[in-house]
Formats: sequence, C-alpha cells, structure tokens
Amino acid sequence: MTSATTAPGTRAPAASVAGGNALAGTRTLIRFALRRDRVRLPVWIGALLLSTLATANSFRTLYSDPQDRANAVAGADSPAGLALSGPRHYLTDDGFGSILSHQMIGFTAVLVGLMSVLAVTRHTRAEEETGRAELVRSTVVGRHAHLAAALSVAVLADLVLALLLAFGLAGLGLEGMDLAGSLVYGFAHAAAGLVFAAVAAVTVQFTAHTRGASGTALAVIGAAYVLRAAGDSGENGALSWLSPIGWVQRSYPYVDNRWWPLLLCLVVAVACAAAGFVLSTRRDVGAGLRPQKPGSPTASAALTTPVGFALRLHRGMLTGFGTGLFLMGAMYGSILGDAEDMLAGIDEIEEALERIGGSGVVESFASMVMVVLTVVAAVYVVMAALRPRAEETAGRAEPLLATGLSRSRWAGGHLAVALGGGTVVLLLAGLGFGIAGAASTGDAGLLPDLVGAALAYAPALWVTVGVAVVLFGWFPRAVQAAWAVPVYAFVVGYLGQILRFPGWMNNLSPFGHVPRLPAADLDWTPLLLLTLVAAGLVGLGLAGFRRRDLDLK
Amino acid sequence: MTKAITVSGLHKSFGRTRALDGLDLHVESGEVHGFLGPNGSGKSTTIRVLLGLLRADSGAVQVLGRDPWADAVELHRRLAYVPGDVELWPGLTGGEAIDLLARLRGGLDGRRRAELIERFDLDPTKKGRAYSKGNRQKVAIVAALASDAELLVLDEPTAGLDPLMEVVFQDVIGEAKAAGKTVLLSSHILAQVEKLADRVSIIRLGRCVQSGSLGELRHLTRTTIEVETERPVTGLAVLPGVHDLRTVDEATGRVRFAVDGGRVDGAVRKLTEFGIRSLISHPPTLEELMLRHYGDELAANGHGTAPDTEGEPG
Repeated sequence: MTSATTAPGTRAPAASVAGGNALAGTRTLIRFALRRDRVRLPVWIGALLLSTLATANSFRTLYSDPQDRANAVAGADSPAGLALSGPRHYLTDDGFGSILSHQMIGFTAVLVGLMSVLAVTRHTRAEEETGRAELVRSTVVGRHAHLAAALSVAVLADLVLALLLAFGLAGLGLEGMDLAGSLVYGFAHAAAGLVFAAVAAVTVQFTAHTRGASGTALAVIGAAYVLRAAGDSGENGALSWLSPIGWVQRSYPYVDNRWWPLLLCLVVAVACAAAGFVLSTRRDVGAGLRPQKPGSPTASAALTTPVGFALRLHRGMLTGFGTGLFLMGAMYGSILGDAEDMLAGIDEIEEALERIGGSGVVESFASMVMVVLTVVAAVYVVMAALRPRAEETAGRAEPLLATGLSRSRWAGGHLAVALGGGTVVLLLAGLGFGIAGAASTGDAGLLPDLVGAALAYAPALWVTVGVAVVLFGWFPRAVQAAWAVPVYAFVVGYLGQILRFPGWMNNLSPFGHVPRLPAADLDWTPLLLLTLVAAGLVGLGLAGFRRRDLDLK
Repeated sequence: MTKAITVSGLHKSFGRTRALDGLDLHVESGEVHGFLGPNGSGKSTTIRVLLGLLRADSGAVQVLGRDPWADAVELHRRLAYVPGDVELWPGLTGGEAIDLLARLRGGLDGRRRAELIERFDLDPTKKGRAYSKGNRQKVAIVAALASDAELLVLDEPTAGLDPLMEVVFQDVIGEAKAAGKTVLLSSHILAQVEKLADRVSIIRLGRCVQSGSLGELRHLTRTTIEVETERPVTGLAVLPGVHDLRTVDEATGRVRFAVDGGRVDGAVRKLTEFGIRSLISHPPTLEELMLRHYGDELAANGHGTAPDTEGEPG
C-alpha cells in the first residue's frame, strides 16, 4: 500500500512537465525497446557486419592478382550481372573497395531495410495489436512517443551498423579501402535503413495488422530492389533513380565517395517519418486508417475443414509471395536474352562456363537465378511452417484443439499449405522466369526447362518444412532456428559461388543436393532421397507435437 | 449417478513451478459443479489436463469415462469448452469462428445458433480483431452452446460480460442443466457459482481443500444473526457454538453474533426467552467459505481480518 502511494508521487513532477507534450516518455520507451531487443538487434547487426567483413577479407585470396580483379570486373559487365549487383559505374574501377561495393550494397541494403522495418513494426503496430500499447499509452506517454521511440531504435541500430562497418572495413587494411570510403560504405547502409524505417512508419498507420504493415513495407523494399535491378541492367538508368537502393549504390564508396545521394535518402526518410506522425493523429489507437468492412456472418463449408481453414489464414501471405516471386522471376527472365548477347563476346567467360559443364551462358545464369528464387520461396515456406507455432503461442490453437480436431490434423492443415503452397510459389517463380526468359531469348523451349528447373527444388523446400516441423514438435521454444535453413542456403548457394566455398559446406544445405538445372543434368536420386527425408522429418515432428504439452497463454 | 469427471492425486509441474499438487475432483453427471479458487490456484491447469491439452505428471484422470490424453479427440466430440481468455482469428468474423468451432466439434444446430446470437446480442459479421473482450467471450459461449455437447467445461466464462449478459448466461446454463447436461464452471465470482452450482470444489495451491454441496459446506460455517429483543439478552455468550457476540445499538439492545451451523437451534431458543422483536439472519456466503481457506493468506498480506474475528458477511 505504501509503495503504491509513493510511486505516483515521485512521478508527479514529470507528469506536470509532460502536460501537452506528444513526445513525453519517449526516452523511457526507447530504453524499454532496446531492452526487449537486446538479443535480436545485436544478432542482426553482427550477422550483417560479419558477412560483409568476411566477404571483403576473402578478396585477399580470391583476387590477390590484379588480373583476377580485372576479370571479375569484366565478368560483371552484363545486364544480368548488373541486375544482380549494381550500376555499371563501379566497373570503371577494379579496386577491392569498388568490387565489394558493387557486389554487396544492393543485397545488404535489402537486409538492413528488413531489420529496420521489423524494428519499427515490432515497437508500434505489434504493440497496438496486442493491446499492450493501450496500457502504456494510459500512463504519462505522449501521442507520438511510440512511433518516435520505434524510429529512434531503428536509427540507432542503423547508425551502430554504419560505424561498425566503416571502422571494421577500414581496419581490414585492404589495399585502397581507406576510412573515407569505408565511412561512405557504412552510412550508405544506414541511409537505406532509415528510408525503409520511415516507410514502415507510414505503413503501420494504414492497417490494424502487424503482418499487413510489415508486408507492405517489405513490398516497398522489393519494389525498390526490382526498380534498381531493371535500371542498372538496361540502357536507361532512370529507373534506378526511383529506388532508395539505387541511390545508396550511387554513393560509389571507394570510387567517388559521394555523400549527396545519402542526403537524398535522409530527406525522403524525414518526409516519410513526418507523414507517419501526421497520419497517426488521424486514427484511433489500435485502429488503422482503412476502415473495417463487415464480413460473412457464417462460415463456408470449406472453411471448417483443417486444410481450408489453414488456407484461409495463409491466404494473404501465399498470394503475396506467389505474386512477388512471379514478378521477380519475370524480371530476371527479361534480362536472360541480354545475358547471352553480352557474355558471348567475352572469351574468358565462355571458357569458364565450358569448364563448369559445357552448358551455355543462358543455362548457367539461369541456374544462378534459380538459387535466388528458391531462397525467397524457402523464406515463405519457413514462415508458413512456423504458423502453427504462432497460433499456439497466441492462444488460438487451444479452442480448436478442444474440439474434435486432432493435433495431427490441425498441424497437418498448416503443413499441407506450407508444402503445397511452397511448391506453387516455386512453380510461379519458374513460370515468370520461363515466360519472360523464353520471350527475351526467343527460345520457347526454355519455358518447360525453367519451370522444371524450379520444380526440382521442391523436395528441398519440403525438407525445409520438415526441419521447421521437427523444431515445432520437439523444441518449440527454438522454432526460430528454422531460419538457419534459408539463410544458410543463401550464403552457400549465392555467396558461396562468389567466394568459392568447399563442397562439404554445400552438402549441408538441402538445396545443395538439387541438380542445378538447367545447366546440369536431371538426376532423380537426390530428389527422391530429399522427399523421403522430408517425409521422415514431418512424421517425426508431428510425433513430437502429439507427445508434448500445448503452450498456453 | 455416474461420474462425469473423476480426478485423483493429480500432479502437474511447469519446470520448478508446481501448478497442481495432488488435486482431487469429482463431478457427477447432470450436475453444475462450481470450481472455485483464487487466481493462480490451478483451475485453468486442471481444466487443460481434463481437455488433454496438458499431460498429467501423475494421478488418475477420467472424463466421461475416458482418458483425456489418450482419447482427446473422441472426448472432445462430447464436450464443449469456453476458455477464460478467448483469442479469435483477426481475419475471421465472429460468425465464421462460431461455425468453425462448432462444426469441428461435430455439429451445429442452426436454429440454436441463431437464437443464442440473438439472446447474447452479438454481431457475427465483425472481424475477430474488432471484438471487445466481452464479445470474444460471447463468440466462444455461443459456439460451445450451439453444439449438442453432454459436458460443458467453462473456465471463467463470463469475464468481460456486462451484468445483463451475465443474466442471459445464467439462464442459458440453467437450461443446459435442465436438459441434463453436466457443467463444470470455474470461477472466482462467487455469486455466480452460488446461483448456478449444485456442488462446489474449492481449490487452493493446486489442491482441493473442500468439496460438497452448498448445504454441506454451509454446515461447516457460521450463520450471522442480528436480533433486537424486548429485554437485554444475557447468557448467550456461554452457549456452545456462539461467537463474537457484540452489542450493535445500546439504546434498542440490538446484538449481533455468529453461530456454528449445527448450533442455530439452541441459540434461537435462548433468544425467545427475551422476546424477539426482529431477527435478521445472514446465511454464510461463499465469500466466507473462501475466507476460511484463504484468510490466513490474506491476514499474512495485511488485508482484511483473520476468519475467526470475521463478523461482517460479504
């Protein structure tokens, strides 16, 4: 009783100062958010920092000879190469720094954007959706404090990453990688993070749903990447100027060290953040700007089956990834024709490709693209396979499992959507790639080849689902470890080709066992084995789930 | 009478926390059984073991004659459950959630569904995320009662309902009882259990501390009597079973005292000797029952008074 009366007493001065202050309590909320993110953000920053430093350091052995660097630069000079990396201007310089910036900024900017978007949605919309924000807002906390704190946390994470990258890269002591260039390199990442954090500050105002808010912001990142890929690979670079990722790539670290494209990012970030604050005053706490429409008062027959019900919950994410992968495939497909033209004249490349297995330029490039498309499909599959866990911890599994629905059928509905949906998403990626690829090369035969090449990855996706299910069944608190599968597949499958990892590292990934169609020949054995492994893992995981306690709220 | 639920010696721990510590519970078929206890006493854990959502560490559990862990699905077709804190799917409407839950349970009586929606004044077209806590609770209640289950397991079902809806709920449970259904009603709202329950079990710290019909339990407690007599009362304090005799009003000679359940007759006989002008008796409330079991805890926390000096009924 005594403690209850003294606590408000000590707060009283703060409350009187905070009277009309819309930012009251921001500092406390920032500290609180940092406390909640004390593992998450350091892991993000550490992973981004280490992968960049490791890549830069590998250049020491990879490109020890200036001639190797010249070859690498020449090899990247194709629309396909430029679409995967960055603008052509980097190719005028064959220093370590230029190669690093060209190969890495585009991809890491996407990841920094992802980190920033998730930080903002996590501390704004997710708090409102769970009702926690309401409780906090009833205390001495201003109207704008939540958004301000969330943005501050994202900015802080981005700046820490920028400084660590700058001093880390300069500290490597690679020839030509000085502090001035490293600072631009680091802050280019921070600038990308800021823009997308501010975009998230707007998207969280529109929908009452965290998933929707994150999804919209991630779609903006995706669009930014596609725009710069299209702009960098084509004759006309104007499209790249519509993309914040294009801007940060045009800071040309170690080449020109331009700061003004980063300022452009800052201006857009400030404008978006301001828009977010303004929009937030036009809605109620917990509500979105978009009004809720009434829905059906009764359930259709399909909804009340386990698979139909799971499909309903997964619908948004499935269509999002399906559309995204179709467009992404089509984007890569449209530059497939140029790949042949541009690379045909370069002798070294042709020789190198002959060594790989005598396949053509188009096929080799297509196999490479397939790895990227598959990793995105694997991201979908992990999200879908972890959905039952999310339902369980949210307390929504409990009422269903207290009906005549068995645990296996309930989880099985979600897994059926993850397995089938993953395959459909992969098929759509292959179709997009195949249709656009066949059109750009004028070779209609590519369509079935590329669709087949995409579908060959389906068993590896199923294994990914299997890994997630085993974690769900036996180690439910560690389900997030399933993300290691797509991350590892990306590191080994994409970076591994640049960094030339040893073969055993490739074999650890289920995706490493898939024949690299269309460049390689089709071999059914690994596909059958992967399917069997996937079936075994799913069965094992479900057995674990039947044995354990449900986690209840 | 057959047993709908029998639990004996049930233990369940979460890590080092011991949630249930040798709990016993017996529910007869066709009765409304109140399951009382303060927050954190293990009511929800017990119910989730009864539903096969949690696995018992040790002890025997039978629901409708079956093992809830091994035969969860068959059992769930015969019972309906309302959780204390209903979470709905943000993208599904309340009507869809009702149909989903009721059909997965094995059937839905469309007319009953419509009637319940009407009585509980629920808008089934709203999306799950738009419902207040009370409305989410109504969705689960309608879903549970719209299917024909023989056992209703209700875990603090009316948390968040307004008093009007509370009355509707009591009517509906009364009808279920009349239809021969068994109800296990967990609550810490004593008035609700008092109105509905045939028998109650009181649990505390994962153990059943008392169980029986309300009449039996009242027998164990004291009735409070306030009486005004023509002549001053004497010799009452020495009667067996009489406690806490106090004079309320010197001028009128109004006194109040508590008397053990079995000793009321003797006390009233004595009072007649002094010419009773008015007599008010307060039956023991469940609050008093609870205070007898938790009184030491409350006293230790510095709230309220120890049960023996308790004179004022709820």
